[in-house]
Amino acid sequence: MYAGSSRNVKEISAHRITQAVQELCIEANLSLSDDMKDALLQAQQTESSPLGRSILEKLCRNLEIAENEQIPICQDTGMAVVFLRIGQDVHITDGDLGEAVHEGVRRGYEQGYLRKSVVSDPIIRKNTGDNTPAVIHTEIVPGDTVHITVAPKGFGSENMSRVFMLKPADGEQGVLDAIVRAVREAGPNACPPMVVGVGVGGTFEKCAQLAKEALLLPVNAHSDQEHIRRIEELALEQIRALNIGPAGLGGTTTAFAVHIKTYATHIAGLPVAVNICCHVNRHASREITA
Amino acid sequence: MNEKMIQIPFASQEEILALHAGDEVLLSGTLYTARDAAHKRMSELLAKGEPLPFPLENQTIYYLGPSPARPGQVIGSAGPTTATRMDRYTPQLLDLGLKGMIGKGRRSEDVVNAMIRNGAVYFAAIGGAGALLSKAITQSEVIAWEDLGTEAVRKLTIKNFPAIVVIDAAGKSLYT
Ligand code: SF4
Repeated sequence: MYAGSSRNVKEISAHRITQAVQELCIEANLSLSDDMKDALLQAQQTESSPLGRSILEKLCRNLEIAENEQIPICQDTGMAVVFLRIGQDVHITDGDLGEAVHEGVRRGYEQGYLRKSVVSDPIIRKNTGDNTPAVIHTEIVPGDTVHITVAPKGFGSENMSRVFMLKPADGEQGVLDAIVRAVREAGPNACPPMVVGVGVGGTFEKCAQLAKEALLLPVNAHSDQEHIRRIEELALEQIRALNIGPAGLGGTTTAFAVHIKTYATHIAGLPVAVNICCHVNRHASREITA
Repeated sequence: MNEKMIQIPFASQEEILALHAGDEVLLSGTLYTARDAAHKRMSELLAKGEPLPFPLENQTIYYLGPSPARPGQVIGSAGPTTATRMDRYTPQLLDLGLKGMIGKGRRSEDVVNAMIRNGAVYFAAIGGAGALLSKAITQSEVIAWEDLGTEAVRKLTIKNFPAIVVIDAAGKSLYT
């Protein structure tokens, strides 16, 4: 033992992680966060196309039915993406952390009547029958709590996501073009109105993870960096002009937000990842304290 | 709204030809669900010259893999999946008499040509509205490939199921 360290360590049981993940899987699939709900409601006022308004009205009714009757918002209840932010002063007891998360997914998808959409091998494609394994992203952070976010990700929109390894000379315009191109190609397949998560910088995998994390931001959030915020705004404007609209049947409500997260990168590169999410942008979080 | 009330299976070819891209419809009647895995099996059966588990002639396929029903429910959440992934198999099914498809997303040129050739229609159901759409499904029965779980083939009875004609039998598309 090194002096003075053990005193500060907080113990958190793996069973509590399982319990939290189980509940978050169900919660995320039955109701959207208030900011997403508001975005859908407001869009009904601003959408220019009558068909688009009729679709948005149905999407709002869908949310009510889902919540009131405990029917998943969408039948694609996703692959469970689980973000763990573990305080460096936490010690997990009573079992394996990864298995605790998978078990939470297993129970949540069974008890919540959620669809099992995961195959064990990408080529052989046999359904695992319980929606496991989850995709787990773990980050060790200062502190003594465990923060868990469950973000079930549907693949209609995941399939339309892209990574672009741009050149430094492509600059701001290159990033903007990459975002708009990904959204144009996604079109009706990604169940618009979309939320667009973008990661810029880092390495090949880092920008993809940033893009995924960007989808967790409140829908009205903006980058606090002036030059990045400008790209977010320009991208949203150009996306609106694509006339993709609700369900891809034309209109002005094509994306609710473009969120860009950045990271330092190499002198030779400008990686850009665009993670497309549908209007069913699900995520639910909880903090576990000792 | 001025939705057209449509009965499926269609009673005549004229009814299909009267549908135009952009029409909002309420569908009632029976159809079959099939998505990636079921399409793969259908194509394997056809390659071996064996019969399919349901008749294609004049029928409609809904690209759907529902979530499980809670006790007392007919079906769980039941919205469309992306039709584009079925494009590789679809022209053959259209040539064998399939008349209607319900899904979301773009179709390939091969599919659109096969639709024109055979006089078939593609409806979009609203993606991500599975809870709402489940209310228009009054009966659901697995008729083949139960081992595929959500991807099993189901026979559904629907009543006033909201959809939009997105590609009509003339090949006109509402998608830009
Ligand atoms: S893209 Fe989203 S809304 Fe569309 S089917 Fe998949 S999960 Fe549902």
